[in-house]
Amino acid sequence: MKPFVKHQGLVVPLDRANVDTDAIIPKQFLKSIKRTGFGPNLFDEWRYLDHGEPGMDNSKRPLNPDFVLNRPRYRGASILLARENFGCGSSREHAPWALEDYGFRVLIAPSFADIFYNNCFKNGLLPIVLPAEVVDRLFKETEAHEGYRLTVDLAAQTVTTPSGEAIPFEVDAERKHRLLNGLDDIGITLQHVDKIKAYEARRKNETPWLFV
Amino acid sequence: MSARTLYDKLWDAHVVHVEPDGTTLLYIDRHLVHEVTSPQAFEGLKLNGRKVWRVASVLATPDHNVPTTDRDKGIADPVSRIQVETLDANCREFGLTEFAMNDRRQGIVHVIGPEEGFTQPGMTLVCGDSHTSTHGAFAALAFGIGTSEVEHVLATQCLWQKKSKAMLVKVEGTLGHGITGKDIVLAVIGKIGTAGGTGYAIEFGGSAIRALSMEGRMSICNMAIEAGARAGMVAVDDKTIEYLRGRPYAPQGEMWDRAVAYWRTLVSDVDAKFDAVVELKAEEIKPQVTWGTSPEMVVPIDGRVPDPAEAPNAVKRADWERALQYMDLKPHTPISDIAVDKVFIGSCTNSRIEDLRAAASVAKGRKVAANVKLAMVVPGSGLVKAQAEAEGLDQIFKAAGFEWREPGCSMCLAMNADRLEPGERCASTSNRNFEGRQGQGGRTHLVSPAMAAAAAVFGHFVDVRQLS
Ligand code: SF4
Repeated sequence: MKPFVKHQGLVVPLDRANVDTDAIIPKQFLKSIKRTGFGPNLFDEWRYLDHGEPGMDNSKRPLNPDFVLNRPRYRGASILLARENFGCGSSREHAPWALEDYGFRVLIAPSFADIFYNNCFKNGLLPIVLPAEVVDRLFKETEAHEGYRLTVDLAAQTVTTPSGEAIPFEVDAERKHRLLNGLDDIGITLQHVDKIKAYEARRKNETPWLFV
Repeated sequence: MSARTLYDKLWDAHVVHVEPDGTTLLYIDRHLVHEVTSPQAFEGLKLNGRKVWRVASVLATPDHNVPTTDRDKGIADPVSRIQVETLDANCREFGLTEFAMNDRRQGIVHVIGPEEGFTQPGMTLVCGDSHTSTHGAFAALAFGIGTSEVEHVLATQCLWQKKSKAMLVKVEGTLGHGITGKDIVLAVIGKIGTAGGTGYAIEFGGSAIRALSMEGRMSICNMAIEAGARAGMVAVDDKTIEYLRGRPYAPQGEMWDRAVAYWRTLVSDVDAKFDAVVELKAEEIKPQVTWGTSPEMVVPIDGRVPDPAEAPNAVKRADWERALQYMDLKPHTPISDIAVDKVFIGSCTNSRIEDLRAAASVAKGRKVAANVKLAMVVPGSGLVKAQAEAEGLDQIFKAAGFEWREPGCSMCLAMNADRLEPGERCASTSNRNFEGRQGQGGRTHLVSPAMAAAAAVFGHFVDVRQLS
């Protein structure tokens, strides 16, 4: 996994609550057996005017000029600002894969759906929860100032605005450690093999029917 | 030891290791696998030369992409076909049990787990699918995971988890005639919202939950995720145990007795503390119908489409306006005035035998209305289908003009050929009414099986309580 230490980037405001994983990456693209290449179909139904199917040449499809990601001033954005309960719905990791593949490194919202939040950390994508009023203010500032950029420092746990205001955020110590160092979960777990085996031996005794 | 919730008990029994910040390595007893969220996980194993830690803990089946008609012709869409074939190949290569597309036990993962007795009380059970919460109906700790975690469980039999808070949703009283688990859970989501359960594991309790069948409890736990919860669960009682007795993967003989003695302990202690408690009165729950594009946008059948002007805040107002526009509905429209184009009875929420019986009892002796272009019944598994046919339910449906299909996810998410066309309106027994969920531009109203069948025969929503 790519480590995440510090990131500065252009912010794009997606002003909708309850953005679900079907909207982030529609199901027809879930038929891929690969982990990459989902970026062009991120928010497919909102981003294009026609109906998208796997295998299409996305560069030839008509873009929806009203969709925020398509507005020229937000081209190259790497920080997504969203409303509450972002990423609700299915467990598809294709959602963080698509966001990452598009170029996002940071997501900021008042709340995220649980499985989605978890999946982001496995893919070097940092979801940041900030109070609704703060997110609301960031929406206003982003819309008011073209080229609005934020600096996110994971080690310091701060989001810094162009005016120099540092907004603190919370993240689990363990998640932070793994993301800062780009550590692979399976690698870490396999350091605990003895404990896993000891657990199994004990449970085989107590609840043997689970092990037949 | 101090009083513990059911969730505490399930959690404590699976702790392998704890990091200083509370992040826990949790042991996983059972792992269900389907074709959509697993290919990249198997690929990861192969790239790293890893094996599956405990082969017997895995049960796989293709469900999302499989066709519901003409199965002997195979899968027409080449991309879908490759995904299903990839699952077959991975199961062969790693030696995993798979109920392949033409196996009579094939079906939706969340239907076959309990049906086979693969899901049991006291287990941790995961699947790369958010509706894994379904299995919590058996007092198991069951939750959905992403593909990286699928790979992690395959490789290590464990997962890194942070413990959630515990919520009790208590439904006391007696449900009215025709009111089901689906109506309860929609009413709960309507009350607490789709993010109301975020950060929680929900235990459903109270006399109305205890009175439900296992099927009803599964419908409720299935949609715990729609309330934002990590998991849903119901304590063990006689119904749990009777449901499992004699199922293929259930313990047998002396093992059965030992298992049952343990299962009986899987209830929250009387004085256990929950971080949040939500109470509903069963008598007040009416048949529910969603009107918008989120499961929390729900009203009783005798209600009306709400007016965004009355929304509690600006974010919600914008949300409601967008939903009404997408759904092509006007504020104040009575729900019973809404006509439907298609009806879908199926999905991991409502495709079990009891669901089909409820729908058939409404369809019996009636005909699908002329304005309804398609009404389809998709059983949750091959065994549910066989049972329904043995009871003659397929004949009732067919005589009424419903299509009787092969098992799978089907139009719940429209990854196969079953889908809504743009603008079509559907009464659906599934769990998500998101934009485009059942096909781009499609409009979904979530209801119980009896309500869906009633919408099919009347052509619009009607109150099942008023049918004889
Ligand atoms: S029936 Fe629908 S919700 Fe259930 S597993 Fe299949 S696609 Fe997901």
